[in-house]
Amino acid sequence: MTFNEFVFYLFAAILVFAALRVITARNPVHAALFLVLAFATSAGIWIQLQAEFLAIALVLVYVGAVMVLFLFVVMMLDINMTRLREGFAAYLSLGALVALVLVVEMVIVLGGQYFGLTGSPPPPPLPADYSNTRELGRLVYTDYVYPFEIAAVILLVAIVAAIALTLRRRKETKYQDPARQIAVRRKDRVRIVKMPAEKRD
Amino acid sequence: MSGVLQPFVSLGHWAWGLLVTIVVWIFGHDLAPSVLYAIKVLLLIICIVAPLMVAVAYLTLWERKLIGWMQVRIGPNRVTFFGIRWLGGLAQPIADGLKLLVKEIIVPAGANKFLFLLAPVMAIMPALAAWAVVPFDPELVLANIDASLLYIMAVTSMGVYGIIIAGWASNSKYAFLGAMRSAAQIVSYELAMGFALVGVLMAAQSLNLVEVVRGQQGSYGFLNWFWIPLFPLFLTYLIAGIAETNRAPFDVAEGESEIVAGFHVEYSGMTFAVFFLAEYANMILVSTLCSVMFLGGWLSPFPASWPVLGAPNFLWLLVKVFLVVSTFLWFRATFPRYRYDQIMRLGWKVFIPVALTWIVVLGAWMQTPLWVWWK
Repeated sequence: MTFNEFVFYLFAAILVFAALRVITARNPVHAALFLVLAFATSAGIWIQLQAEFLAIALVLVYVGAVMVLFLFVVMMLDINMTRLREGFAAYLSLGALVALVLVVEMVIVLGGQYFGLTGSPPPPPLPADYSNTRELGRLVYTDYVYPFEIAAVILLVAIVAAIALTLRRRKETKYQDPARQIAVRRKDRVRIVKMPAEKRD
Repeated sequence: MSGVLQPFVSLGHWAWGLLVTIVVWIFGHDLAPSVLYAIKVLLLIICIVAPLMVAVAYLTLWERKLIGWMQVRIGPNRVTFFGIRWLGGLAQPIADGLKLLVKEIIVPAGANKFLFLLAPVMAIMPALAAWAVVPFDPELVLANIDASLLYIMAVTSMGVYGIIIAGWASNSKYAFLGAMRSAAQIVSYELAMGFALVGVLMAAQSLNLVEVVRGQQGSYGFLNWFWIPLFPLFLTYLIAGIAETNRAPFDVAEGESEIVAGFHVEYSGMTFAVFFLAEYANMILVSTLCSVMFLGGWLSPFPASWPVLGAPNFLWLLVKVFLVVSTFLWFRATFPRYRYDQIMRLGWKVFIPVALTWIVVLGAWMQTPLWVWWK
């Protein structure tokens, strides 16, 4: 076993363990933290595949931003496990269907050689100055510029929609208008009243 | 400078030769190169981390002294080495470190012990790991990887986990409030910081930090640095950096007047010290990155034609980092703490629009002959 293989199997074992704990952990915060571990480990495996841009983007986007917000929400929720279990039977059939689809997909991918699919040859070794990031940028902005732009527009629509959801005004919420706060002058708030001092008896 | 260092270099060569002989003798000729490589990288890591830890220790002293002078106080002036009077105060960080080292680590009742102890580790890990790609010199960089700017962003974005886990695992309301504030604040300011870095990589035409500094080379000294064409992004990065490291005036995560000490209120002894180390190591890291990306790294501020002063040198980087770190301390001594909604407003409604606008301006500017920062 070469050092490379050893690293791969180590990372794969950690990844499988973390992924299992995500669905078996009782505490939702522990589950979310195991998901973070799973993301970080798969980033390590991607680096072994020389896909360093994707690996760093995975850590940056999912570990650094998405999971932070996820944890943020999970920590604040009051999760009642007994109430969550109530709907178990109702969702069982749907869950079983999804699981079945996943199993079929995995069988097709992993057992490709039994269905007449031959594995693609390993990619040729890359030169030392090969830049994964530059190559990806070149592809995305030249050959695949239209799909990329369409994806960007869809994301923009999602952003606008998410912001629009927060725009409803609630009566009990108090807003502060910084422009008005800054524009306040002394005479608006303080009135100096001159009063004669009380007469001494 | 090379003349002064010559004896050390010779000594180093001699020690390395001795080490090579021993390793070859133990592991044989086949394994020796990889073992030697591992030892070399480990030694280089020690060469970066050990001075960093000393710098962190003395930064705490410098902070107390500088803020003391700004507030017309004296600052620490008692603890000294071997009772020598005029070294008064210089041993203070070492005394503090020893005190924290021997104090008891108290785990609160009902706390999640594993996560409680993991949190400080998660806080200091990114603060140290990011130094792997920081260039101190054209040759003096541990890992000169192609996408070092991206690596820095990815690694530093993991720093918030230490704070969140600490807040949650402590089983304390104050710690939890601090963690929640910090999570929202760091995610917000990371966006502005990321946009500032986009401007840097556009101007430098590279994601590699060594190339970023090379892009600022020129015969006009400090006028060639990126802080001029990227001035709004420079300010955005500097201020977002202060917010990212939870320093005053953005220190609502600690907010000692409201939530005692925020996320590390339950921590004592060495676990607290590790949080402290992480915060100061992050401060030095942000200052170093600021110096590398906007202030020309190891380049001299004087025109290249000047003798001695115009030459690029590692010492220039040290001077720049020192000045930027001192600005951090100056801010702490000057500004009152921001209110939470003001922080959010500043991040989302001021910095992100400013950075986005400047990226567009920069893109247009780079297409015109007015752009004079080409390598």
